[in-house]
Amino acid sequence: MELRYSDSDEAFRARLSEWLKSELPQFANAPHRDDWEHRRRFDTDWQKRVFDAGYAGLNWPKQYGGADASPTEQLIFFEETTKAKAPYVGVNFVGTLHAGPTLVEEGTAEQKAEHLPRILSGEEVWCQGFSEPNAGSDLAGLATRAERDGDHYVLNGQKTWCSFGHVADVGEFLVRTDQNAPKHRGISWLILPMDLPGIEIRPIKTVLGSSEFCEVFLTDVRVPISNRVGEENDGWRVTNVTLKYERGTAFVGELIDSLRLCADLANTVKDPVDRRELGRSLADFDALWSLTKRNVSQSVTGQVGPGSMMVKLAYSEARQRFGELCLRVLGRDALSLADNELIEERLRTQALTIAAGASQIQRNIISERVLGLPREPR
Amino acid sequence: MFLDLSDDQVALQQGIRALLSGRFGSERIRAGFDREMFDELADAGVFSLIADGFSWADAVIVFEQLGEFCVPGPLVGSFLAGGERITGVYAESTRTIEHIADLEALILLDEEKVLAVDLANLVAESLDWPLDPLTPVARVADFGETTLLAGIDPVEWRQRGAVLTAAYCLGLSSRLCEMSVAYAKERLQFDRPIGSFQAIKHLLADMAMRTEVARAAVYNAGAHLDASDVAGLTRSISVAKALACEAAIRCGKDATQVHGGMGYTWEVDVHLYLKRAWVLDTHFGSHEHHFDHVAETA
Repeated sequence: MELRYSDSDEAFRARLSEWLKSELPQFANAPHRDDWEHRRRFDTDWQKRVFDAGYAGLNWPKQYGGADASPTEQLIFFEETTKAKAPYVGVNFVGTLHAGPTLVEEGTAEQKAEHLPRILSGEEVWCQGFSEPNAGSDLAGLATRAERDGDHYVLNGQKTWCSFGHVADVGEFLVRTDQNAPKHRGISWLILPMDLPGIEIRPIKTVLGSSEFCEVFLTDVRVPISNRVGEENDGWRVTNVTLKYERGTAFVGELIDSLRLCADLANTVKDPVDRRELGRSLADFDALWSLTKRNVSQSVTGQVGPGSMMVKLAYSEARQRFGELCLRVLGRDALSLADNELIEERLRTQALTIAAGASQIQRNIISERVLGLPREPR
Repeated sequence: MFLDLSDDQVALQQGIRALLSGRFGSERIRAGFDREMFDELADAGVFSLIADGFSWADAVIVFEQLGEFCVPGPLVGSFLAGGERITGVYAESTRTIEHIADLEALILLDEEKVLAVDLANLVAESLDWPLDPLTPVARVADFGETTLLAGIDPVEWRQRGAVLTAAYCLGLSSRLCEMSVAYAKERLQFDRPIGSFQAIKHLLADMAMRTEVARAAVYNAGAHLDASDVAGLTRSISVAKALACEAAIRCGKDATQVHGGMGYTWEVDVHLYLKRAWVLDTHFGSHEHHFDHVAETA
């Protein structure tokens, strides 16, 4: 066990901090969260700067334009950019953190050449078409059909919770290519240009009053078969290959931000019961930060422990609990979203226990894969 | 930065685990603490780790294992005092002393001083039915004349005591999880293992989650004891003690629930673990005390 960072990690941190100091003044005014035209430009402008400075695709291999950074450097990058309040990865999320790594692992040479450089430089924005109205927790039960017609697939169906659908150029879509196979074995992973005829996109208004997600309706959409990534019907495996790219760092930004919000609130908290609750929130976030470091340490030695699953479940609940404290402490000052980011955060974080695997599903996964308990019927 | 066990630490963990599983099974533990047990642990080097060149993080790994086996006795106090004698270490304000019949030294910590109690002339009344049957307790009305122990920093002792106690509680949690998972796999109701029902699985997943979070906090605090130049020592200790004690208590309750009626019996070990967790929550600051301290550092 060693708390101190190596000299080369500290040098990486110092270089990054210097760079952030010089760049961030130009990114001080983020557009309103529902102003998507400007959000796209703001986020992709930022991505271009990240790219020019050599930090894009930090966790991607060098041969595909990435930085091939160590897991610890990845941790430091997320830590420092969050502390400096740099723009969040935003509309570049799906491209840089999910679709890109999938193409690196599974794409053809042509697919890589066409998309990877444009993802890294912020020229191409991706969205994700996985969930469906009837396939949420049971994602593998998805029903969007892709039928072969010559050298094309013809897509029909409906996707939902498509992040950044209204500003994306391309989507990563899971579709059913075999109606008769067991459900996990009839799915394929497609690159879907979002301007194809037959695609209709409707924003979903969320509890925040803004539209972070879209519904996507697909009617006889013709996609070249060459847009498939991986083998036909192997899409379920393809979609999971990106796990190793995360390396325990998925919640670094959230945790660092949570610790800052706790510190911001601290002076306002006077009541002893609330003080204790504040201490608990801080303890939770500190411990999850330690667990994150432990997960990253394991990742350095090539192990994948259960820690990442634990972080998702524990963080979601700890963050919501902190949100309750914020509401209680702020009382009637908490009745407008305009005044206080803590209130907006309380609403936003309601999604944490639902998105990317509801907490109930996380508990099933932990109890089956980590503890070895008998499987749920499925 | 590396917040996981090194190869040497894995070897240390396996070594102490092998010793404890060979010689400190449930039957031995249930017979309670005695001089022989102390000598055996001392011979294995448990109390002299620091003098032998091991780190505080290593000591944390050893105390986690002692907790896994619910080994009774004034282990943390004896460790702090150097491991030559069976030693109780308490806050000066307490009047309830554990294992008094076995103690060879009794040390009190107040805000600034470390005081030795004259055990030979101490009047103590032992109490019937201790909450934890393996932790006998006695009440003391007056500690009498005490001797100042110079050269010992009470703050340092409290910090180290809190971390080692947290490590022990982590071990309690860890074993409670293990026992409960094993029971949920073998206990059949409605013709299925109860561990196949979500109501039980989710309890177990929460126990495992709490334990892993506490483990990270405890290892972090242990590493802080070894790196005095790194900021955040006192907060890391409070986080570890608060979360590890709370995890042990909550895992104790959940383990009782998973074991159903058996969890309410004397025969099953779960109650011994839960009771030890309750006792240790009173050592070196309760989880509430430490949550309050964390808030002060914000």
